Amino acid sequence: MMQGYETVIGLEVHAQMTTKTKIFCGCSTEFGQTPNSQTCPVCLGLPGALPVLNQRVVEFAIKTGLATNCQIAPRSLFARKNYFYPDLPKGYQISQFELPVCEHGWLDIDLEDGKTKRIGITRAHMEEDAGKLMHGDKPETAGSSLVDLNRACTPLLEIVSEPDMRSPEEAIAYLKKLHQIVVYLGVCDGNLEEGSFRCDANVSVRPYGQAEFGTRAELKNINSFRFIKQAIEYEVERQIDLIEGGGKVLQETRLFDSNTGMTRSMRGKEEAHDYRYFPDPDLVPLVIGPEWVEQVRGTLPELPDAKRTRFVEELGLSVYDAEVLAADRALADYFDACATLAKDAKTCANWIMGDVLRKLKETGESIAEAPVSPQLLTGLLARIADHTISGKIAKSVFEKMWQSGQSADQIIAADGLKQVTDTGAIEVLVDEVIAANPDQVSEYLGGKDKLIGFFVGKVMQASQGKANPGMVNQLLKKKLTGK
Amino acid sequence: MKITRAEVEHVSRLARLALSEAELDSLTGEMDAILDYVEQLKTLDTEGIVPTAHAVPMENAFRPDEIRPGFTPEQALANAPDVAESAFRVSRIIE
Amino acid sequence: MTIYDLTMAELRTRLDSREISAVEVTNAYLDRITATGPDINTFITVCTDTAVAEAQAADQALAAGTAAPLTGLPIAVKDIFNATGIRTTCGSRILGNFISPYDATAIARIKEQRAVIIGKLNMDEFAMGSSNENSAFGPVRNPWNLTHVPGGSSGGSAACVSARQAAAALGTDTGGSIRQPASYCSVVGLKPTYGRVSRYGVVAYASSLDQVGPITRDVRDCALLLQAIAGYDPADSTSVNTPTPDYQASLTGDLQGLRIGMPQEYFIEGLDDDVRKALEQAAATYRDLGAEVIEVSLPHTAYAVACYYLIATAEASSNLARYDGVRYGLRADNAENLIDMYMQSRAAGFGAEVKRRIMLGTYALSSGYYDAYYLKAQKVRTLIRQDFLDAFEKVDTLLTPVAPTPAFALGEKVNDPLQMYLSDIYTIPANLAGTCAMSLPCGFSANGLPIGLQLIGKPFDEATLLHTAHAFEQATEWHQRKPEF
Repeated sequence: MMQGYETVIGLEVHAQMTTKTKIFCGCSTEFGQTPNSQTCPVCLGLPGALPVLNQRVVEFAIKTGLATNCQIAPRSLFARKNYFYPDLPKGYQISQFELPVCEHGWLDIDLEDGKTKRIGITRAHMEEDAGKLMHGDKPETAGSSLVDLNRACTPLLEIVSEPDMRSPEEAIAYLKKLHQIVVYLGVCDGNLEEGSFRCDANVSVRPYGQAEFGTRAELKNINSFRFIKQAIEYEVERQIDLIEGGGKVLQETRLFDSNTGMTRSMRGKEEAHDYRYFPDPDLVPLVIGPEWVEQVRGTLPELPDAKRTRFVEELGLSVYDAEVLAADRALADYFDACATLAKDAKTCANWIMGDVLRKLKETGESIAEAPVSPQLLTGLLARIADHTISGKIAKSVFEKMWQSGQSADQIIAADGLKQVTDTGAIEVLVDEVIAANPDQVSEYLGGKDKLIGFFVGKVMQASQGKANPGMVNQLLKKKLTGK
Repeated sequence: MKITRAEVEHVSRLARLALSEAELDSLTGEMDAILDYVEQLKTLDTEGIVPTAHAVPMENAFRPDEIRPGFTPEQALANAPDVAESAFRVSRIIE
Repeated sequence: MTIYDLTMAELRTRLDSREISAVEVTNAYLDRITATGPDINTFITVCTDTAVAEAQAADQALAAGTAAPLTGLPIAVKDIFNATGIRTTCGSRILGNFISPYDATAIARIKEQRAVIIGKLNMDEFAMGSSNENSAFGPVRNPWNLTHVPGGSSGGSAACVSARQAAAALGTDTGGSIRQPASYCSVVGLKPTYGRVSRYGVVAYASSLDQVGPITRDVRDCALLLQAIAGYDPADSTSVNTPTPDYQASLTGDLQGLRIGMPQEYFIEGLDDDVRKALEQAAATYRDLGAEVIEVSLPHTAYAVACYYLIATAEASSNLARYDGVRYGLRADNAENLIDMYMQSRAAGFGAEVKRRIMLGTYALSSGYYDAYYLKAQKVRTLIRQDFLDAFEKVDTLLTPVAPTPAFALGEKVNDPLQMYLSDIYTIPANLAGTCAMSLPCGFSANGLPIGLQLIGKPFDEATLLHTAHAFEQATEWHQRKPEF
C-alpha cells in the first residue's frame, strides 16, 4: 500500500427484500408507482397506527443468514432508532439494535492471486426503509423538496461486514459475492440503480504494523460496483494526505460524487445523532426455534460456490466455464438441465456459453425467455453426436430453431439437411473435385499438405455442406495419395 | 444539580422543541426536581433482573405477505399542510 | 322516565321492545349536551349529523330484528380514538384540523354493533395529565362541583358519563387515566389487562402501558361495553390471542370463598381521612358479603411513580416525534429552514406538560443515561409486576383506594408537576404490571365529592373483577347517586 499505510475497509449493505408487501403493513412494495399511492396509516406514520411483522421477511432474513454462514438468533428484538427527517414518517426507524436476527457469519472471496480470503460478517438485521425525497423540478416547486412515502416501510436487510478488507479489489469481490447470493436466493433483486442493493463503505487507514484501527469515515451514495474502487481510492489518499499533513481524520459521513470522483463531508448539514435506541414496545420478541431454521435451510438452493465446485469436479468443466455458468441461477439451472439430458456436459457448456449467450445478448432476452429450451438444445446436440448433421450445419439449424421454436429434427427434415455419410456418394464428389483441380493436386502431391483444406472445402461446397467432413477428409487423402 | 440548563438546551434540540428563555429556566428546575425524585430507583438492587419489555409475555406476532387495500394518494395527502405533485412538500433540503 | 337517566342495559330493553326509538335516544342526548355542555366543557366535537344518521340505521336494524347489544346506544369517545371522517385532536393544537381517515379497532367494533358515536371528548393533551387541565380546549369541570377537576386524562369521558351526556364512554388508561377520573366523578371505569383490547387506532402515549377501557354508570354496563371491544386484533402486535369470556355471566353476586387483599403500602400517611374511612367501610361490606379480606404486601409500591415517569415519558418522547408538521397537523409558517420548521411547529403545537414529558423522556433515553434511567426503570418494573403475581397466589383480587384524595380544585396542582404525578400513586402500579383494574363509587367526602374504590385483578381475569365489583354495587347505592345537574 502507498507510503506504508494499510487500508481497512468494512462494508454495510442494505438489501431490499423482494416480498410482495412492506415489512410492517400490507402495502405493495412495487417500484415506480405514482407518489403516495402505496400507503396506509402504518407506513404514513399516522397517529394511532401500529406495526405488524411480515413473516416472509423473517424467512428471507433466516435464508440470507444461513447462506452467509451466520448464527440465527433464537431470540431477537426490534428497536426504535430515533431521529427527525421528512422521509421518516414516525420520527423513528424500526430496526434491530442489541439482538439482531443474524450474527457471526462469513463469506470467502477469491483474490486475484488465486487464493481465497474469509471476510467476516458481523451481523445482519431487519429494518424498514425510509420514504423518498425528491427535489421539485417545476417552477412552482423549485424551492421545495417533495416526500413520497411509497418506499417507506419497505423491508431491508442490513448486512454489516467486519473491517476485514484491505483493498478496493477485495471490497468489490465481497460485494459481488454477496450480491450474487442474495439474487440467487431470490430475496433481493440486486438492482443497484433502483436502489435495491445499497453499499456504504467504512474506510480508514493505519500504518502497517499498528494494531489499532484508524478513525474511519463512512462513504455513502456509491451506486455501482465501479464507483466503489474510485471512492475508496480517493478516500484513502485523502486520509493519508491529511495525516501526513499533521491533521486528524474525523469520524464522519461523506458523500461520494461520481462526477468528480471525490468524497465530501456531510457534516454541517446534520448534527451528530443520538439515536436513543430502545426496544420497540409495539412489537414483540421474535423467537426462532431450530425447527424453523431447519425448515428454511431445506428451502435453500444450491449456492454459486457449491455449484461451481460440482460443475468442475463432477461435470468436468473448466474453472472458467464453471464460473460463467454458475454466476446466474437461471443460467446454471439451464445448464444443469442440458447436462442431465445430454450427458456430455462439456459440449453443452460450449454451446450455452457460445451460441445461447450470444443470441440472448442479441435479442435482449433473459435465459428464462430463450426460445431454445434445454430439451431443444440437447435434441440438436444429439444429432451432431450421431452424425446426422455436421457441427457447422448445426449452427444454422440452431439459428432457425431460435427463430421458429421448432425442434432440430423438424428443421433437419423440412430442409433436407441430413448429413451425407454414404461413402459411395462422397467418393463421387471427391473424384469430381480431384478431376477439376489438377494444378492443386500436383502441388499437394509436391508437398503442400495444407491444400487438403482446399479440397475438403470444395467437396463440402459440392455437397451443400452435407457431407460428413471427417469422411471427406479420409476419402480425399486416400484418393490423392493412395493411402 | 441533576441537570444543567445547558443539558436541557441540548435535549430540546434532540427533541426538536424550540424553548424560550423562560421555558428553559422553568424546565431546568422542574426536570431537576423530577430527576432528583427518580434517583430513589438507584437504591433498589436490580442485579440479575430481566427488564420488562412487555407487561404481558408475548412473542411472534406475524402477518402473511399479502397485499391489503390502503389509501389513494388523495386520502394519504388529505391532511397535509402542503402538497405538490402528489407528494408532501417541505422546504428544500440540501444534501 | 328521563331517557338520559337510563343505563345502557335499561335502554337496551326499551329499544328492543320498540318502546323508544334509537333516534329518540340520540336526540335526547344531543339536547342534553347542548343544554349542559359548556358548563363542564366535556366535548371537543359533537357529531350531531352523523349521530342522527347512525341512529336511523340503528332503528332499521331494530326493525329488522338484527340488533346487537350496543345497537342504538349513544357512546362518546375520548378524543384520542381515530374515527373515520371525524376530527381527532388528542386535546392538542398540534393536530390542527386532522380528520381521521381510518377507524380505531375499538371504534370499528362498536360501529359494527351500530352504536351511535355521539361525540369526541375533551382530555388532557396526549393523555398526559391527572386533572384534564392540560387541554388546549380548556379544562373540564367536575359535574359534582364545577370548581373542581374531574380527574384525567379521561376527564371529559368521566364527566360526560357522570353528567348523563352519553350512555357510556370509551377512555384510555396509561397510569390511571380511566380509573382516577371515574372515581372523581362517581362512575365506573375499567382498565383491562394489557393486550386485552386493541390499541390500533388509539393515538399512542406510552405504548407498553396504554389500554382502552369503558367508563359507565354501573358495572353491568361496564361488562356490556367491555364485551364489545375486547378480543384479539391482528392489527395490534401486542394484542393477546386469548378467548374473551362472557362477562355478563360473571355478574352472579355470590362472593363466598372470594379472597380479597388490601396491600398495606396503599394505606399510609397522606391518604385522605374520608377516603380511608370509605375504604374501611367497603372492606366491611365485602366481609358481610362473604369474602375473606386480608392484608397483603406489595413491597415495591413506593417506586412505582418514579418507574412510570421514566418509562412512560421515554416511550412518549418517541411516539410524539411524528408530530413534525410534514404530513399532517400544525406547521409553523415562519420557519427559516427544515430544522427550524420542526422546532417552531412543535413548540407552538404542544402544551407545557407534553413538552415537559417529551424532554424528560428524551433525556432518559439519551446517550449515557439510558442504563441509569430507562433500563433501570424497566428492571424495577419487573419487581413491581412480580409483587402482584406473588400477591395473587394468596388472593383473587386486591382492594385499594384509587387516589389519595377526592377531586382537587382547579388550579390547585398545576404549578407543581411532581405533586400532580404523585396523585397517581395507586393507579400506576397496575399499568406497570400490565394487569386489570377498575374503579367504582364507594362513598363521598364530607364536602360532597365522590370517592372511588379500586379493585385490581389477575391478568386476564376481568371476569372476577366485574363479579367482585358487581356484588359491592348491588349491596350499596352509590352508583344511583347523580350530580345536581
